[in-house]
Amino acid sequence: MKPPQFDYHAPGSIEEAVTLLGSYGGDAKVLAGGQSLIPVLNFRLARPGVLIDINRIGALSFIREADGGVAIGATTRQRMIEGSDIVGRRAPLLADATRLIGHLPIRTRGTIGGSLSHADPAAEDPAVVTALDATMVALSKRGERRVPASGFFRSLLTTALEPDELLVRIEFPPTPAGTGTAFVEISRRHGDFALAGVAAQVTLAGDRASEVRLAACGAGPGPIRLAAAEKIVRDGGASAASIEAAAAAAAAGVEPTSDVHASAAYRRDLVRAMTRRALERAVARAAGGTR
Amino acid sequence: MKDMRKVSVTVNGKSYAREVETRLLLSDFIRHELELTGTHVGCEHGVCGACTILLEGRTARSCLMLAVQVDGANITTVEGIAPSEKELHPLQQAFMDNHGLQCGYCTPGMLTTLIEFLQDNPDPTEHEVRVAISGNLCRCTGYQGIVDAALDAAKRLQGGKRA
Repeated sequence: MKPPQFDYHAPGSIEEAVTLLGSYGGDAKVLAGGQSLIPVLNFRLARPGVLIDINRIGALSFIREADGGVAIGATTRQRMIEGSDIVGRRAPLLADATRLIGHLPIRTRGTIGGSLSHADPAAEDPAVVTALDATMVALSKRGERRVPASGFFRSLLTTALEPDELLVRIEFPPTPAGTGTAFVEISRRHGDFALAGVAAQVTLAGDRASEVRLAACGAGPGPIRLAAAEKIVRDGGASAASIEAAAAAAAAGVEPTSDVHASAAYRRDLVRAMTRRALERAVARAAGGTR
Repeated sequence: MKDMRKVSVTVNGKSYAREVETRLLLSDFIRHELELTGTHVGCEHGVCGACTILLEGRTARSCLMLAVQVDGANITTVEGIAPSEKELHPLQQAFMDNHGLQCGYCTPGMLTTLIEFLQDNPDPTEHEVRVAISGNLCRCTGYQGIVDAALDAAKRLQGGKRA
């Protein structure tokens, strides 16, 4: 018996879950896929008095087209996302990234809402929503609140969600025609957390890059939007020189730390290389019409 | 006070009902309550893959789930892979024939992982096999025997279908 004692609740509806969160708030942890929370409980790094298991709430698991983009329920499994035609067409960057999350048995259980709420700085989903300006929709007894990705990640493992709020869905904006995407990362072993990774989405209009979206993971306390690098490609086009300059700007704009896995300098260098590779691949896909 | 809950679950085709503490991990439930000790427990935080089971036919880490979460579910453990007491599954036979195991600790997780993988990818490349088992740690074999066994099993399973 590894996890500490808790009172277990498995609500059958969103309303019930939000009521429970309203009553227990800070003493409660929400259990989604459990691929990060259960290890934390097994190590007893957290001792919540109450565990609210939202896996029995069918209404939290869906993928649907919405306003030209896609809306995804918080407990939708990563495995369902990676195999979804809708995600492949409407949010191809998310499909690219999801295939890199952990291993297949982890994605069987892991959920998009769980990954975003946990906010591990090396995780893929936070970088994707940051690059795409997705909207996190939180619900509490007080009502619904829409939080843009730029305001969602506060610091290491910390989000803008209040203790009584439940992340219920994530809304991704439409992907313009002529867009290519790529998510590239480096990890020591396949499936490990990335030392650093970069999400890229490029929209080409003739020989111009009309829209460029870049975000890094593993390079700071949370996902980092690489705005300076985006601007270089948007202004300078998708040439090799412009991509190289953007990669340098990306490396200059991150705040990696040293740990047992890699030094800060190495991570910074990885961000440069990953930015270059992600941009090259996204541009090639945009030009080839294969997303 | 202990938070207890009833769990009814089908494992390897057999129904079980137990009353357990809500904090009991599925891996410990399978081993200690159901006494199916074929499922091994290594790291208990989802890294080593030894406790991998098939939940509704899909691989999952049993150390990263609570027993209460599988109420009503259908599970296959390594004990449920072979067609009978006397016969091995072609994948198990291929592990034997290709030195796919030494101490045997990782083997239950390797087998469950590869059963699902070979169902989805009946004719895999060596690289695909290596990626498939990248979430399962083996400290004895150096993996080569396991990869050989998986490729051999793929051939045997396909041969079986043609025959």
